Amino acid sequence: MRVEQKTVVLAPRERVWELVSDPRRYAEFMEGLAVADVLSESATGPGARWAVRLVVGAAALGGTVEVVEHEPPGDLAWNAVTGISLRGRWRLRERTPGRTEVVFRLAYQAPGGLGGLLADRVAAPVVRRRMRHSLRTLKTLVET
Amino acid sequence: MGLLTSLTSTAGSWVSQQVSSRVPLGDLDERDPDYIRDRLPLVWLLASLWFRAEARHLERIPATGPVLLVGNHSGGNMTPDTLVLTLAFTSYFGVERRFYQLAHNLVVQAPGAGMLRKFGTVAASHENAHKALATGAALLVYPGGDHEVFRPSWQRHVVDFGGRKGFLRLALQEGVPIVPVVGIGGQETALFLSRGEWLVKLLRLDKTFRLKALSVSLALPWGVNIGDFGLHVPLPAKLVVEALDPIDLRERYGDDPDLDVVYDDVIATMQAAMDRLAAERRFPVLG
Repeated sequence: MRVEQKTVVLAPRERVWELVSDPRRYAEFMEGLAVADVLSESATGPGARWAVRLVVGAAALGGTVEVVEHEPPGDLAWNAVTGISLRGRWRLRERTPGRTEVVFRLAYQAPGGLGGLLADRVAAPVVRRRMRHSLRTLKTLVET
Repeated sequence: MGLLTSLTSTAGSWVSQQVSSRVPLGDLDERDPDYIRDRLPLVWLLASLWFRAEARHLERIPATGPVLLVGNHSGGNMTPDTLVLTLAFTSYFGVERRFYQLAHNLVVQAPGAGMLRKFGTVAASHENAHKALATGAALLVYPGGDHEVFRPSWQRHVVDFGGRKGFLRLALQEGVPIVPVVGIGGQETALFLSRGEWLVKLLRLDKTFRLKALSVSLALPWGVNIGDFGLHVPLPAKLVVEALDPIDLRERYGDDPDLDVVYDDVIATMQAAMDRLAAERRFPVLG
């Protein structure tokens, strides 16, 4: 299941990048997805590993993710290496100077065949809503 | 009356012996992480949609090593709090972290209990408890057992272990921390009227099946439900489980603690958390 949310932030993309690329700042704007710990020597950059918790419904899904793409100040992607199957991506595009389009994507897949498929669908609106709130907070944080 | 009691006792012993010799032991080896992983989405759907469950502060549970989770028990034989806590623990720490739950022998050996055993539910015995902790696993126990799980619904916000302190001896012997886990809402999944202790004594079920209670409740779809052996459809009560701060018994109470004092402290801590959770609830079932 892939869920995507977008927003436009009135700021250069470097300023947005500062926040989305640093897991230690996720608590300031992320809702439902928490970085509980940095597991690698460096918190950012390719190969950085974070312990994340994705809270959906009755469960806080835990796992370790690894940064697999790190192209400042435009693209950041991570994949889960333990726990649930989860991928995340930030895409920052400055279409006009001082105006950054922010795309946040989460792709996840629950195990268990039909049950997993159903759980994915049921969880999607919750995940989408939280991503929307996260982007709204991020926008406020950068613009003020 | 004496003859009837004697016959009941003999028949009970015979059935107990026959059942025990034919059913699986429910030991640690039956836990199956792949099975758990595949079933988690369905358990999640049930917990999230039916019980609107919330699991709070799992980060208080030590991230590695053996730990004894001590919970209050609610909801009759359906024990929805166990379902929610198992889901929460397994999804938070991953199915790879070994997690066992002690349950009454009758539950583990009941027909169709294979699913529970694969989820890590093992027969409540000293051997299983010590073995689980010795292998570094997390172990969930409900000291209140059938005494607590069938308490009347009007005592739903009371933590009542019935004076059972075995969990403290276990934690001290194995040198593991305990993490109290308080759950609320389970006793609203049916209307529990009585533990039926008088019925247990009359039928000598305490001697033959180690039963301490034979509950009387109003539950779906049976109406009046005696014993809850046929289970019941739980009402969709909102469930909240919350892990409290870990307690290292030796660190806090010394090498040879007075178990009565420790027990009272643990109960008081859990009751305070229960009172706080109860204060958040506005209506029974709705939460």
